[in-house]
Amino acid sequence: MTLQSSQGAAPRPRRNGVGRSWGWWDGWTVGALVIAGLAVLPILAVILIAFTPGDDIWSHLASTVLPGYIVTTLELMAGVGAGTLLIGVSAAWLVTMCRFPGRRIFEWAMLLPMAMPAYVIAYVYTDLLEFAGPLQAMLREMFGWSSKRDYWFPEIRSTGGAMAMLTLVLYPYVYLLARAAFLEQSVGVLEASRSLGRGPWRSFFTVALPMARPGIVIGISFALMETLNDFGTVDFFAVNTFTQGIFDVWMNMNNIAGAAQLATVLLLFVAVIVLSERYARRKQRFHNTTSKYQPLPAYRLRGGIALLATGFCTVVVTLGFLLPTFVLLAYARQYFDPVLALEISAHAANSVQLSALAGVIAMLVAIVVAYSVRIKGGPLLRAVGRMAGFGYAVPGAVLAVGVMVTLGQVDNRLDGFMRDSFGISTGLLFSGTIAAVTFGYLVRFLALSLGTVEAGLGKITPSMDGASRNLGRGALATMYRVHLPLMRGSVLTAVLLVFVDCMKELPMTIILRPFNFQTLATFVHQYASDEQLGEAALAALSIVAVGILPVIILSLVIARSRPGAGAAMGGDH
Amino acid sequence: MLEYLLRLTGVIRGFSPAKSFTTYVIPAAIAGLAAGSIMAAEARAEEVNLYSSRQPFLMQPLLQAFTAESGIKVNMVYMKKGMLERLRSEGRNSPADLILAADIGNLHNHDKAGLLQAVTSPTLDSNIPAQYRHPKGHWFGLTLRARVIYASKTRVRPGEVSRYEDLAAPAMKGRVCIRSGKHVYNVSLLASIVVAQGMDGAKAWAKGLKANLARKPQGNDRAQVKAVYQGECDVAVGNTYYMGKMATNEKDPEQKKWAKSVNIIFPNQQDRGTHVNISGAAVTKSARNKANAIRLIEYLSSDAAQKIYAERNFEYPVKAGVALHPLVASWGKFKADKAHLAKVAQERTRASKLMDRVSFNN
Repeated sequence: MTLQSSQGAAPRPRRNGVGRSWGWWDGWTVGALVIAGLAVLPILAVILIAFTPGDDIWSHLASTVLPGYIVTTLELMAGVGAGTLLIGVSAAWLVTMCRFPGRRIFEWAMLLPMAMPAYVIAYVYTDLLEFAGPLQAMLREMFGWSSKRDYWFPEIRSTGGAMAMLTLVLYPYVYLLARAAFLEQSVGVLEASRSLGRGPWRSFFTVALPMARPGIVIGISFALMETLNDFGTVDFFAVNTFTQGIFDVWMNMNNIAGAAQLATVLLLFVAVIVLSERYARRKQRFHNTTSKYQPLPAYRLRGGIALLATGFCTVVVTLGFLLPTFVLLAYARQYFDPVLALEISAHAANSVQLSALAGVIAMLVAIVVAYSVRIKGGPLLRAVGRMAGFGYAVPGAVLAVGVMVTLGQVDNRLDGFMRDSFGISTGLLFSGTIAAVTFGYLVRFLALSLGTVEAGLGKITPSMDGASRNLGRGALATMYRVHLPLMRGSVLTAVLLVFVDCMKELPMTIILRPFNFQTLATFVHQYASDEQLGEAALAALSIVAVGILPVIILSLVIARSRPGAGAAMGGDH
Repeated sequence: MLEYLLRLTGVIRGFSPAKSFTTYVIPAAIAGLAAGSIMAAEARAEEVNLYSSRQPFLMQPLLQAFTAESGIKVNMVYMKKGMLERLRSEGRNSPADLILAADIGNLHNHDKAGLLQAVTSPTLDSNIPAQYRHPKGHWFGLTLRARVIYASKTRVRPGEVSRYEDLAAPAMKGRVCIRSGKHVYNVSLLASIVVAQGMDGAKAWAKGLKANLARKPQGNDRAQVKAVYQGECDVAVGNTYYMGKMATNEKDPEQKKWAKSVNIIFPNQQDRGTHVNISGAAVTKSARNKANAIRLIEYLSSDAAQKIYAERNFEYPVKAGVALHPLVASWGKFKADKAHLAKVAQERTRASKLMDRVSFNN
């Protein structure tokens, strides 16, 4: 991969003559617009709700809690952004470019915290670290302190605590994408840098890091959007974020219009961030332009440095995964109930099927949209494609309302039409069905598959498109025979990312689901919402257990995603 | 090994999007449609559809007993948020026949949105005191929960705290724990104080309470008792049934110690009485199984069901003459605030904004 300035860049694939004379309105554009448009509808619905009449909340909020919401949210984002960047990128660099004890294990183990829902880890650490928890009780015992006034201990239920929890489970996004980027970097570039006299550190900061920027930025944007939409953790920690404010206006002031207005502001905020990042690298293209791949020359770490690397990775995985898992296991044993266990296995089946379905559909949608943007472009398509990913930043419950309103409109209009014309009622065809939940997942997590697929496509140089088209293949055949095989890793990553997130998804599942339907997450929620971690532990563990396998697959896929990896990695195995 | 598995399932090599479409997506879509039509077929049997914001593990024993007695199957979706919006967007085609909610505010909001219908039932009228049901039968209270003060047995002198107002007095500085001021239970409590003392009185109270907090509002009611046990604070505010759950927790006996460390004080016994909230039910406007829905509510207000509520959930039955759980009975009788709950519910938005104005949660 090389970083090219626009002057030297290969031109974007030209639309061929036929496509051009049709303007935008050819099959690809229309298809992509329809699909992406469907995903945008619920977001538009939320914006529409914001314009419905309701009590004015702004004067009250602005004079009381709004400034606090904004400051807290920005602090949280800054903290999580910095934390995930630091841990994600350094871990990715270490396991990809360095050799130290345990590296082969950490390659995949660094991803494990991804399977851990943030609200679960928050419960676990509160139990351990709060005033009444075992750690502080032990300290009091040891030093003879009796009350809170006798000593200082960091308060886990705080903005800092929320930063730590979210960072621990969200850094894998950055790690994942940074690692993929590092793996795909052509050794030639790094060698050039080394041979020009730059040491490993300078090569990292001046060559490897800037080239990996698109991947890292996408990873951080995933982490930040998750931070913005998080409700479970901040609610539990009593951290007053913007999202908390949305729910307060909605539930306590019974003002859905006001809540939607706040959500719309949140959306605008996300839009500005996403667009400004795009703008900042508008003149850069990141493609592989060489087919020269050799095994990456690893930096062999020794002594203290190697120990430090192993220690760093161990601490992160322990805090983000091992310790919480251990605590959950202890709870699950204490509270084990065979009847409950049987029930949980049924919920697990629901979770897996639904998540897999959503993962596959999201991947297909992402391919159609991203590929259409690549070959057709056009401002409308770009804008709609971009907007289709915004659902990720909206709090799930608010987005769920958008989905309900959309499906309710479709169902009731159809029903009304059928009643008027034929005297039969079709009732609700979509609302309150599995299809509604799946659609909800799609709207919420499309950003993940879109981002991954786009990144994968972006790495394929347009000259490939050109060659294939010149050889007489159409756009579809080119995608199928050239792009898909080249971006197999990204495609699978897209499926798995959405899968893992759907396994953990809570608010949309709760609100959109049919009667008598539970997933692992909703099961955990009914107990966790009452702070009964014990009863919820087994189901929470199941979420983690089911999530681990895709996470490990993900790691293998990425290790192999490097073109020519078969030979290159062979020596290492 | 893992790699072998992956290859076996075709995940790594030979992964083909087209194949995955036919092998996963199409069958899944068909399965989804089939599931939908099965559900539609089931709808013809005797049943009743319930949207509940009370947890399934609380309701299951009651609903099973109802089905055993009546032969009517109960279908349920549990959701804490979004119920109102779901009913509204489903409109006249909504499958829900009735809703269950754990706070008066919730029932009131549904009523205000025009999603409920009037029910007349002599059984309900005789089982439920007028104060705990809507005058026209739009909603019915099924259980009561008193919002009480938990006081440390060792650090609070008898008589030191006897009213909600005492929590806001200077003597309590740095000694009070409470959950988020924006939680429905606390908003409703403040709304009841708005009803009793007007906005100014309520604001002074909220401000005084805020100034007395030992820590930032956090955790649920159970966590407040734990904090008293651990000495983080001396008094806390919470609902009664949590005490029952802690005092009888066999799986986590540690909680029994928390419960033992506090006394329950029913506030304001010499004046307006203790603030009481309800959990309740209401029939939706779109109900297609209205008769069954009424039957379920009637069942939930019957002696048998009220006994289950009392024994398993430690709630106070609304129906007179139903025995309390012995533990709950041991806390003694108390006088409840007589203000009509519909009035309290109307003050919730103002109470919620009041919490913001005194920066209660910061």
